[in-house]
Amino acid sequence: MQIAARRLDKITIFDISGDIDLATSPELRKGLLRELRELRTPRVVLNLKSVRYIDSSGVASLVEALKASRDVGSRLILFGLNRTVRDVLQLSKLARIFEIYEDEAQSVSP
Amino acid sequence: MLCVVRQALGQLAAGLGFSEAECHAVVLAVDEALTNIIRHAYRGNAEQPIEASFHRIEAAQNGQRREALEILLEDRGPAVDPEKLCGRALEDVKPGGLGLHFIRECMDTVEFSRSEGRNQLRLVKFLNVQGPEKGS
Repeated sequence: MQIAARRLDKITIFDISGDIDLATSPELRKGLLRELRELRTPRVVLNLKSVRYIDSSGVASLVEALKASRDVGSRLILFGLNRTVRDVLQLSKLARIFEIYEDEAQSVSP
Repeated sequence: MLCVVRQALGQLAAGLGFSEAECHAVVLAVDEALTNIIRHAYRGNAEQPIEASFHRIEAAQNGQRREALEILLEDRGPAVDPEKLCGRALEDVKPGGLGLHFIRECMDTVEFSRSEGRNQLRLVKFLNVQGPEKGS
């Protein structure tokens, strides 16, 4: 998994690629919680277009980040979910709790 | 290491005739099972041995003999407490506890047993299961 951050005005976009699993999800979790809890970025957007695989530990990291965003009054937004990622979120019955858009333009629009 | 297993298993399942969605389901289930073994049986130590075997079998489902993929995973960790194999209520929005739910949703048979100091997990996925796919 690779993570690259782009910082716009009050928005940070994380471009994530590769597999989010037991080995890599701690890095994702740490990056997201730092962005939300320490930097208090008002909107954190995850670009998942290039994520090939996500497991329950990856979903758990997203849920923890979502809870942190609610705690600090930020928004956590996902976009670019491919079929595999979407299926795993559906399987977890947690897709409904996330703010999900099709593309980046929708995710960063005011 | 898990990514290597995922890739190999995906190719194996595709070679046996599973659809793309079914291949993803099998890969997810086995990945979650291995993750659970590493996390819970081996307390995070990924260097401990896990034995995996894969068999093309015929088994009964709804009174019919069907072809299936059988996967056996064995670890040498402490005995698993059956009460901890219940998963959790999905209404609880909280991180963690999803792995077992994923395994049960993705596979047709999930059986835990303990024999000769080893935990054994048996997973079965039937080929050409008719009706709506699980998780879709």
